[in-house]
Amino acid sequence: MELVRAHILVCGGTGCTSSGSKAVQEALHRELKKQGLDKEVKIVETGCHGFCEQGPLVIVYPEGTFYCQVQVEDIPELVEEHLLKGRILQRLLFTEPLTQERVPHYKEIDFYRKQRRLVLRNCGYIDPEKIDEYIARDGYVALAKVLGEMTPEDVIEEIKASGLRGRGGAGFPTGLKWGFAAQAPGEKKYVVCNADEGDPGAFMDRSILEGDPHCVLEGMLIGAYAIGSDEGYIYARAEYPLAIKRLKIALAQARELGLMGDNILGTDFCFDLHIKEGAGAFVCGEETALMASIEGQRGMPRSRPPFPANSGLWGKPTNINNVETWANVANIIRNGAKWYGQFGTEKSKGTKVFALTGKVKNTGLVEVPMGIPMREIIYEIGDGILGDKKFKAVQIGGPSGGCLSEGQLDLAVDYESLGSAGAIMGSGGLVVMDEETCMVDVAKFFLDFTRAESCGKCTPCREGIQRMREMLQDFSEGKGSLEDLDKLERLAQTIKDTALCGLGQTAPNPVLTTLRYFRDEYEAHIRDKRCPAGVCRALLTYYIVPELCRGCTACARVCPTGAITGKVKEPHVIDPEKCIKCGACMEACRFDSIILK
Amino acid sequence: MNCSCTNGGEGERRTAAQENIAKIIGKFQGRQGTLIPILQEVQEYLGYLPRWALNFIAQQTGIRPAKVYGVVTFYTQFNLEPKGRYLIMICQGTACHVNGSARILEALEDELGIAEGETTADGNFTLETVACLGCCSLAPVITINGNTYGKLTPAKARKIISQYRSRIRESKAECI
Repeated sequence: MELVRAHILVCGGTGCTSSGSKAVQEALHRELKKQGLDKEVKIVETGCHGFCEQGPLVIVYPEGTFYCQVQVEDIPELVEEHLLKGRILQRLLFTEPLTQERVPHYKEIDFYRKQRRLVLRNCGYIDPEKIDEYIARDGYVALAKVLGEMTPEDVIEEIKASGLRGRGGAGFPTGLKWGFAAQAPGEKKYVVCNADEGDPGAFMDRSILEGDPHCVLEGMLIGAYAIGSDEGYIYARAEYPLAIKRLKIALAQARELGLMGDNILGTDFCFDLHIKEGAGAFVCGEETALMASIEGQRGMPRSRPPFPANSGLWGKPTNINNVETWANVANIIRNGAKWYGQFGTEKSKGTKVFALTGKVKNTGLVEVPMGIPMREIIYEIGDGILGDKKFKAVQIGGPSGGCLSEGQLDLAVDYESLGSAGAIMGSGGLVVMDEETCMVDVAKFFLDFTRAESCGKCTPCREGIQRMREMLQDFSEGKGSLEDLDKLERLAQTIKDTALCGLGQTAPNPVLTTLRYFRDEYEAHIRDKRCPAGVCRALLTYYIVPELCRGCTACARVCPTGAITGKVKEPHVIDPEKCIKCGACMEACRFDSIILK
Repeated sequence: MNCSCTNGGEGERRTAAQENIAKIIGKFQGRQGTLIPILQEVQEYLGYLPRWALNFIAQQTGIRPAKVYGVVTFYTQFNLEPKGRYLIMICQGTACHVNGSARILEALEDELGIAEGETTADGNFTLETVACLGCCSLAPVITINGNTYGKLTPAKARKIISQYRSRIRESKAECI
């Protein structure tokens, strides 16, 4: 084992890669070589650190100095100051927005301080492509414990006692689910990892797979032992190429060390995994559709029962859990159910990873104990609303979830409280919206998504979503009557009650919650023909602010209908009768003098 | 299998392609549920899934052509038409939506003169939307052949296209 005096961790998650972390890493290699430090300092490409907003991220250990938004040009100075002279390069440190203080260590940043990183404990800390680093962090200890000291029944009891619930959205108790599959008659059983993270605005599972793939493999091995399975599948989105690549590497390394395959760790336990790439269909996140897709068919759900625990893949007993659920398992076994029980609330144990995005200052991946008030996530970890605008809503749970308003900010984030507010925990998307977001438009946006992704098998989902979408389109154009709101609500409730699978049953949630918490906004569209947030284009007019217009004629030249008139160097005017609201003038104006109102 | 081509050269190329497809199918022999991975590999090889390839896969695997077609049309990843040289994917995720992805789409449609789902006449660009690319912190986001461009404005998006256009012009000049 080589000894080095410092480690430089460069984030290699999708967010940081998009902001140029690969080039930063190459520049670091060049500079270390140039300075003759390449034998003393080691560069490690890690998974996601979660603070994607501030990428590319670079952390230097042993001190744990956190540098953000590092560019290729910064590298020579960074190497000289930090590694040669031993001084912290102040200008690349994170600045706490509230106090304007520079924070050298990431554990002191508010964004991280409020978090409890259990599932993400290795994400951003180890090189996900090296099994040794996972093992050095107690990796596969839980597997050894299970195979050496525990019966399958003990494992199931331990998971039951921990109170772990499915992190894919519905929150079904994991131990109970395992128990069903274990009791189901049959020799051949399967375990499946649902990594078909299709919710727009969610990237937790991808980050876990990219940053710590072995913890998912270990969880699946333990689950397979508990239910008596020798074969498993990981069904991952093809849109996540990096996650798939790292999973394949992890799988090969585990096989090489005898942690996967026949007679694992010298015992009778045999298990191996296949990685299946999804081909792009949101409905495949539903377990019966996912299994149809693994079997090579159209990914359409079927009615349950029979449940997968009795009749799943190719008719065999099958246990499906999502990535984050599997990622919790090794921690629970290693530390015990009691340890796990100290986090979270009475009915919702442990932590939950959220992808915090939208109009919030700090965006990224956050892991918090269950039961934390929503306000703390948005205002303390997220540091409040971008541009100091007014908070309007937070959307939780993606297209199956709901929009909560200011009145629900103090709600505890756990399965029960969210359910009673009409939302769901979902897989973990948290999209914050400000006063410039129109809730009718948001509901329409989610229906656009679910309408396109509905498989068409059952009528409530196929036809119902289409009809709801048409009504919302009318509202966004100021059409319809106030009675239509009740009609919409009835239709939404009917779809919720009668659709075949989870997609259809939850698709009305964005409509129902926006109607519940933002009914006044719907009414403003219908009654006053006004979109308070200034989003629904049919209800807005383009207007040139005379004080700002320089009379450059750029707008008049691009207007396709000749609606803009005015003399050179004099303020121009838009004729609303002729304007088709294409927005070309607004884009052409260099003085921001054209507004929507 | 009705091969309608008259050009001998193309016929030969197709025979060679069929041989390669048969090799891909051979790799999956004896395993369950392999239609989707076969289609994925064939699409990677040909760039899209032409009708003759679907018929050939059906013939070789013994799966009914209607079923093969049913699977191909169910999943968004599969294309029955060839794609442009550069595939532009506009993220339609929630974070991108609230940060103005609709305006990015409009600007790109206007800049390229095509609608969503179409390919430019010169075969250079295909414009598509995608549910979520998972780079929500960089919203609004597009990818072009897998390269990500984030925190976009309509003007920035147009500029990126013009950079690709000059790259295409340069590569053409090199060929001459």
